[in-house]
Amino acid sequence: MIPNDTIITPEIVASHGLKPDEYDRLLALLGRTPTMTELGITSAMWNEHCSYKSSRVHLKTLPTKGPRVIHGPGENAGVVDIGDGMAVVFKMESHNHPSYIEPYQGAATGVGGILRDVFTMGARPIACLNALRFGAPEHPKTRRLVAGVVAGIAGYGNAFGVPTVGGEVNFHSAYDGNCLVNAMAVGIARTNAIFTSEATGVGRPIVYLGSKTGRDGIHGATMASDVFSEGSDEKRPTVQVGDPFAEKLLLEACLELMATGAVIAIQDMGAAGLTCSAVEMGAKGGLGVQLDLEKVPTREPGMTPYEIMLSESQERMLMVLDPAKEAVARDVFIKWGLDFAVVGHTTDTGRFVISMHGDVYADMPIQELGDQSPLYNRPWVASVKRPTLAADSIKPPCGTLEALQRLMATPDLASRRWVWEHYDHVIGGDTVQLPGGDAAIVRIEGGAKALAMTTDVTPRYCFADPFEGGKQAVAEAWRNLSSVGALPIALTDNLNFGSPERPEIMGQFVGCVRGIGEAARVLDFPVVSGNVSLYNENKVTGNAILPTPAIGGVGLIEDWRKTASVAFKASGHAILLIGGEGSHLGASIYLRELLMREDGAPPPVDLTVEKRNGDAVRHLIGSGLVKACHDVSDGGLLVAVAEMALAGGIGAKLKAEPKGVPAHAWFFGEDQARYVLAVAKDDLETVMARLRDAGTPVQQIGETAGRTLTISRHGSISLGDLLKSHEGWFPAFMNAAN
Amino acid sequence: MKAAVIVFPGSNRERDMARALKQAVGTPPAMVWHAETALPAGTDLVVLPGGFSYGDYLRCGAIAALSPIMSAVSEHAKRGGLVLGVCNGFQILCEARLLPGVLVRNAGVGFLCKPVHLRVETSASPFTRGYRRGERITVPIAHGEGNWVADSETVAKVEDRGLVAFRYCDERGRVSPGTSPNGATNEIAGLFNAKKNVLGLMPHPENAIEPAHGSTDGFGLFLSMAGALADA
Repeated sequence: MIPNDTIITPEIVASHGLKPDEYDRLLALLGRTPTMTELGITSAMWNEHCSYKSSRVHLKTLPTKGPRVIHGPGENAGVVDIGDGMAVVFKMESHNHPSYIEPYQGAATGVGGILRDVFTMGARPIACLNALRFGAPEHPKTRRLVAGVVAGIAGYGNAFGVPTVGGEVNFHSAYDGNCLVNAMAVGIARTNAIFTSEATGVGRPIVYLGSKTGRDGIHGATMASDVFSEGSDEKRPTVQVGDPFAEKLLLEACLELMATGAVIAIQDMGAAGLTCSAVEMGAKGGLGVQLDLEKVPTREPGMTPYEIMLSESQERMLMVLDPAKEAVARDVFIKWGLDFAVVGHTTDTGRFVISMHGDVYADMPIQELGDQSPLYNRPWVASVKRPTLAADSIKPPCGTLEALQRLMATPDLASRRWVWEHYDHVIGGDTVQLPGGDAAIVRIEGGAKALAMTTDVTPRYCFADPFEGGKQAVAEAWRNLSSVGALPIALTDNLNFGSPERPEIMGQFVGCVRGIGEAARVLDFPVVSGNVSLYNENKVTGNAILPTPAIGGVGLIEDWRKTASVAFKASGHAILLIGGEGSHLGASIYLRELLMREDGAPPPVDLTVEKRNGDAVRHLIGSGLVKACHDVSDGGLLVAVAEMALAGGIGAKLKAEPKGVPAHAWFFGEDQARYVLAVAKDDLETVMARLRDAGTPVQQIGETAGRTLTISRHGSISLGDLLKSHEGWFPAFMNAAN
Repeated sequence: MKAAVIVFPGSNRERDMARALKQAVGTPPAMVWHAETALPAGTDLVVLPGGFSYGDYLRCGAIAALSPIMSAVSEHAKRGGLVLGVCNGFQILCEARLLPGVLVRNAGVGFLCKPVHLRVETSASPFTRGYRRGERITVPIAHGEGNWVADSETVAKVEDRGLVAFRYCDERGRVSPGTSPNGATNEIAGLFNAKKNVLGLMPHPENAIEPAHGSTDGFGLFLSMAGALADA
């Protein structure tokens, strides 16, 4: 029996975020009252962030397998075969709550955490991306949050030495009280040298490696499962502090150590620190774990077992080593100047036993701690379907080119250069397509083979229709990869929603997950890793965020020289529209930004058409027949053409809309499964024939020319004016006084 | 050419640098850990790569300049051996007093990563002999502290003796106040020591060596060094 010096009251249970029935479950599991340490461990394991208790039943419906998939969800990151004995290892994870409280450190440690997830599996990180959502630009907190988050991502990624090559930044008042910071990391490993957390063998040393344990981040994972309230600013001490230098040493030490064969199992200490990592190692391997906490390197004296087990200090790893190679390991740790200690060993008892100076503070069944975590099938209601808006019922507020110029300078469409120039996107020497295009392209170790990567979701569509929005998020990621000529091979998802305890929010979640699953199945685009972030709402305003299931897509390119970019390359190329005509203005950027309306159904996604059109475009790019390619998404056709013109510094002459089609629907409709291509005139016939053979609608809408964007019957605008609008917004916003 | 790339804890462009050196001369450089006290026998070029040595939490490069290997690097420089420092390497060379002045925080902006234009100020050096004097080249920068400053006497000396290797310029090769992205004195992007066997520069020539990088202008620096050492 373990001495219990604190009486566990209902208040203490509640302060650990455990519901009364969850506490009863713990009592049944232990057959006695828990100690404070056990209560802390349980609260860390059973909170939403670690246990996925509200989302598990739905996540199970996602397609996670495929011929290339080596490890799907359940590991630190997804692992997918890319041929030649190599695998891509990637995942996306949120750090929303910490970033809202302390933007720099919150975002920095978000990047640090996801990088660790990737190199824990034996992969060297080759790229980072991030999907960011902030409140309305005019909200007093927004500018400070953008500045802090971007600086945090830059500060960590640049020093660690990984190129940050892409992502998204959006603004909407629904994020006023709860920004989203989703970081994605992509790494490369050999398929025969993938490491997991599954411990094997009894009596093997458990080694702690990396930074010392401090009091930072205690109960961070519980905070991440909490709704923001007025007192949130007081939670600052629970935000961890990142040290990219320590992480860089940890990376090099881990990869060097892995190459020696000394590592049997390895797990980074992320959310809920030592608790989660140790339980995971034991539970996966069907073993018990004994930890002796007096051996844990600590930053300050007097830390209790409770604090040590729940600390979320950064840049720490736990590993099970081959006892025969302990000396080799020691040399590597000393070379890199890292703290390390044998802090325990594996056992055959199946128990998770925590001791300090001989006293036992916790003794729990390790398997059940994971398996018996609460599981909810929460009540949900489907979102109300919105009517489809007929384009001719919407009165254009201004002419076509004025609309374009205004749209190009709106917060969601303006150039993100200000953001990505803060990120080192060229380190590694393998970034062959920079931020600002449809997908970034990073070569593999200087060779012909390359990976394309992107993050996508359109939250306003998800809000309008969760199922279609979920489909669209996957389809857009798939399309962006296809637009550069890559074969989409797998995705990671970061599902950001409000409180699952509200049926309408749970309905958004269920709808989006179903949409994601449907699209992933039809497009052969399995989900190999992911993260769920719930309770993204603000107690003061009662506002939940827009449903934001961010999709991180990865595509394979056999030869990076056979890819396409958005930039027009020369005058005199034919401009083609692939896919149907613009017709759909419901839930569009045009409607929201120019008419202040956020109503209407979003554009429907026909996945069969997506696949047919995307496959056709990818084949054309692979055949070298495409000079430039861009998918049609936010802002519609004319915004896509304008972005291609600005990227290349080459203008375009476009035909007017066809007879009978409203101009604003043609130029700004956000109908799906569409691309704009630039093609050399000599190749035009071949391209048209190939597309017709594929059954893909195509029409020539103009040609590249000069330094202006000219549309028959609508007039023209100089690229210089357009560029000023497009590039001007972000720096002006960031430099303005609050 | 026998090159050695020094790896400090926190170096992060050593792999980029090794790739560029290998591409220029065919053989990979030796990677030398900072805790070593001697360079590999026969080393004729030492490179201090980019990164955030020791996290750069103090003055950039200040701790790395005290690393065990640095006495061997100084000796090598004193003997007339070639030493190249890029970005954090440049900062370390200044801290180690192998180059004058110091690099401080970029003026007005934070960390900045983008292609910049440089004007080659002289072709009379083992590092720049493959370029034409006045030639404009394009290479990326990626730094937060690349603003070179020195006291006026030092600046005058550097200018009078023609020790400026590269200056930030506009796309037409013109240098004027403001063409530097970071506020560097006299738009200086790179400079030599008095004997021109030590070069430090903030931009990354190793990230502009092949078509995939969008510019191959940086490769001239590596070919220059290889040529100079082959002739020596």
